Amino acid sequence: MGRITLEGVAKRFGDVEVIPPLNLDIEDGEFVVFVGPSGCGKSTLLRLIAGLEDVSDGRILIDGSDATPLSPARRGLAMVFQSYALYPHMSVRKNIAFPMRMAGIDETEQKRRIDNAAKALNLTDYLDRRPGQLSGGQRQRVAIGRAIVREPSAFLFDEPLSNLDAALRVGMRLEISELHNRLKTTMIYVTHDQVEAMTMADKIVVLHAGRIEQVGSPLELYRNPRNVFVAGFIGSPRMNLFTGAAAAEYGAETIGVRPEHIGVSAENGKWKGRIGVSEHLGSDTFFYVEDTGLAEAVTVRADGEVALRHGDTVWLTPAEDKIHRFDANGDRI
Amino acid sequence: MATKASKTAARLMISPAVILLLMWMIVPLAMTVYFSLLRYNLLMPGMESWAGFENYQYFFSDPAFTSALVNTLLLVGGVLFVSVVGGVLIALLLDQDFWGQGIVRLLVLAPFFVMPTVSALVWKNMFMNPVNGIFAWLFKSVGLQPFDFLTAAPLMSIIGIVSWQWLPFASLILLTAMQSLDSEQLEAAEMDGAPPLKRFWFIILPHLSRAITVVILIETIFLLSVFAEILVTTNGGPGTATTNLTFLVYVQSLLQFDVGLGSAGGVVAIILANIVAIFLMRMIGKNLDA
Repeated sequence: MGRITLEGVAKRFGDVEVIPPLNLDIEDGEFVVFVGPSGCGKSTLLRLIAGLEDVSDGRILIDGSDATPLSPARRGLAMVFQSYALYPHMSVRKNIAFPMRMAGIDETEQKRRIDNAAKALNLTDYLDRRPGQLSGGQRQRVAIGRAIVREPSAFLFDEPLSNLDAALRVGMRLEISELHNRLKTTMIYVTHDQVEAMTMADKIVVLHAGRIEQVGSPLELYRNPRNVFVAGFIGSPRMNLFTGAAAAEYGAETIGVRPEHIGVSAENGKWKGRIGVSEHLGSDTFFYVEDTGLAEAVTVRADGEVALRHGDTVWLTPAEDKIHRFDANGDRI
Repeated sequence: MATKASKTAARLMISPAVILLLMWMIVPLAMTVYFSLLRYNLLMPGMESWAGFENYQYFFSDPAFTSALVNTLLLVGGVLFVSVVGGVLIALLLDQDFWGQGIVRLLVLAPFFVMPTVSALVWKNMFMNPVNGIFAWLFKSVGLQPFDFLTAAPLMSIIGIVSWQWLPFASLILLTAMQSLDSEQLEAAEMDGAPPLKRFWFIILPHLSRAITVVILIETIFLLSVFAEILVTTNGGPGTATTNLTFLVYVQSLLQFDVGLGSAGGVVAIILANIVAIFLMRMIGKNLDA
């Protein structure tokens, strides 16, 4: 079981309020991703849940009972750190065994769990090596193994993939998702990468300056961003945000259109512009259209084979039903 | 620096320095070995004659030799124990955040800058003196008989003085090592359910092992040749209770004017130092491998 509830949790360092009081429900078995720009308090929030930081206010409930005064070890959570935090002087086997050794679990049970974890994570051949002899991805798996054997009620991941190269990151992303499907344990995952958030999460919590901007499934956030910040943060490439006359036309202070919801045509359309940089990815082409009078550059996604080049004049047409409208406060209309 | 020519050039360039260093070491060593084989007394100049291994015979059969050997090892071992254990504890304290950290760190380091003769004198006259010393005053103020440190426990007293000098060195090295420990490792151990003592034992101490090795090796080199503290406080006595090998060599060559015997003692001291070094490297040298 791993139902985690935050009730009015706040964190202050001296006079600086890093996290204003917030409420959050995390259901058992959910994969929740905290996402936000750096310095938004997402890691602090995770450390509050882990117990590595004390809350300034409010309560943290784990499975309905108050865990606020409990030490990190007694909350029954396992954490995977950004730097992996493996113990360099111990072999992989001893690293994985460490939490069980501390808990006083008997040797045969320790061995069984280590073997299971090693098999699940493809570490069997490396059990007697030191962390220093492993690659980044393998270290990551050892860190996950060390978390699994504790059989925690929830896993906490603190930007676990940020030290890996791009190819490995995609692989580990899949592995972590598979792990979640198999274990069905609650996972809380912190990242600044919205692609990781979109691909892995059951529920995304978008944080900005310590406040929760929006909570919802990836598609909910994609379809109905509650304000300008979420609209700009979720989705890749970023949503185009226009103010001024173009927005007033729709009765809003700001309007947002995603690059994939703008049609490109060489003959006619709503807004005229000139193609600046274009990125040909094969499957898609991204144009950064300049001189539209809307914004410095409008990002547009077109078909991979489209025959338009740098400097061409194009016409853009937004899909009317996919336009997001925001008021002067940045909230959705 | 990969081509053949550059390697040759490199060898040529460093050879003067290497040769100079080698001479610096070889010449005195050869002279010591040579003198140790002579009957050479400063009271009878011009009477030097070949003695073979006689000097060694005398040196080994000297009743002071065994006690000097034991004292040397006790002194080295004792100071190492106190400075490593104490150094780890002080480093743990200094690693905490507290007000006035900079000043305290400087003060902790201060004893290391005091000359051995001065610190030995201060300890002898201001702390351990049975009449005027602070310890005597403390003892008296609680109604106890003052303890005459340098007479009743001379070797322990000297171990104490030398430890006081070397504790800052150990603390400093261990503190820097402790600061290089990744805090996430400690947090991971905390999450893994390790209470503070176990975190110290399983995470911090293994992390310090390399620094401890360095402390032990460096201190051993200097502790084998402790001299000033003994000369100033006890003069090797009472009897030979605080005579170590270095002091014995001094007594024989400069108090008894027997250069030959002193040189033999010097050679023995070199051999002893090498034996200690071999044991140390065997025991803890593997910690230095990256």
